[in-house]
Amino acid sequence: MPCKFCKTNPVINLPNSEINLCKSCFIKYFEKKAIKTIKQYKLIEKNDHVMVACSGGKDSLSLLYVLNKLSLKERKIKVTALLIDEGIKGYRDDSIKDAKKFCKEHKIKLHIASYKKELGKTLDQMKSQNPNKIACSMCGVFRRSLLNKSSRELKATKLATGHNLDDEAQSILMNQLRNNIALSSRMGPRTGTGKDPRFIPRIKPFYFLTEKEVATYAFLKGLISKFNECTYNEDSYRFEIRDLLNNLEQKYPGTKHSLVASFIEILPTLKKSFKGKSIGICKTCGEPTSSNICKVCNLTKEIN
Amino acid sequence: MPTIFLEKEDVTKTVDATTLKEVYEKLNINSTTVIATKNDELIIESTKLNSKDKIKILPVISGG
Ligand code: SF4
Ligand SMILES: [Zn+2]
Ligand SMILES: [Zn+2]
Repeated sequence: MPCKFCKTNPVINLPNSEINLCKSCFIKYFEKKAIKTIKQYKLIEKNDHVMVACSGGKDSLSLLYVLNKLSLKERKIKVTALLIDEGIKGYRDDSIKDAKKFCKEHKIKLHIASYKKELGKTLDQMKSQNPNKIACSMCGVFRRSLLNKSSRELKATKLATGHNLDDEAQSILMNQLRNNIALSSRMGPRTGTGKDPRFIPRIKPFYFLTEKEVATYAFLKGLISKFNECTYNEDSYRFEIRDLLNNLEQKYPGTKHSLVASFIEILPTLKKSFKGKSIGICKTCGEPTSSNICKVCNLTKEIN
Repeated sequence: MPTIFLEKEDVTKTVDATTLKEVYEKLNINSTTVIATKNDELIIESTKLNSKDKIKILPVISGG
């Protein structure tokens, strides 16, 4: 079956539907869907400075491409990129190159914050000194905090990440199965109210786009590089959930969309019941935290 | 038979199939986890294949 609109060769069969789209119709569809999410959830507004968390991979480069295009159209929006260099030999080096090349081509300002400079050690060093610690757990805590801190220092008003529908569906199910529902209350297309100046609100414009759609877009825009996997990649529970969801999706198309859609329905209620926990200041470093000492300081102490 | 290159595994196979859908079925590939190209153009599951076609299968899942 040809493209639904212009009868030329299709590049994708849209998930959970009979519709096929050609290259130019798919690109339009994809960008429209991202913009619709941005408008509907007020992810980006006039005078925002959007910092795009950029790893150099297909998701973040696609996001950077779409948001940069938006900023050229709506001049009141500023878009810059922030790359976290964890210090993972043989993995991050290539994607840093890709990110630099892309930003240069598109005249986007790229900031780089490294674990080495900010924390004194690369992730490789942390892991080799603490072989029993899961690399991804350390990596995640530090990355999250560094993204927020650097965005704040660079005076960004929003932090955009390339999370897609698959990522969100996995997190929802993982939190459910581990009874971590408080974590879920802090998810959704937008997190953070913007009222606390220490927290830069996080936004996910690709919230309703599947991983396959993002990959298709990235391919058509020439943003996919050679398959490259992080040497650690130890979050095996997430992988199991991912495979489970993809197997269900194959058998029952629409599974992932339904999971995220029903989550969005209950999210306001979740947010209400977990509201009110006041955010304090870490006694060691002064960053925002819900306990006395923040996760970064706790972890730093443990791995020293 | 069409030749199938699997990028993630870095292997090439020939598969007796007349559509991409059949390739996925025979190689036990979940179509939600990959995209596929013929002559560097994306194709979809119902795309007909002939015996001289060279197909590339790329994973959509990024690592890390
Ligand atoms: S796979 Fe784990 S260690 Fe590698 S970049 Fe991702 S979170 Fe960090
Ligand atoms: Zn078309
Ligand atoms: Zn601290």
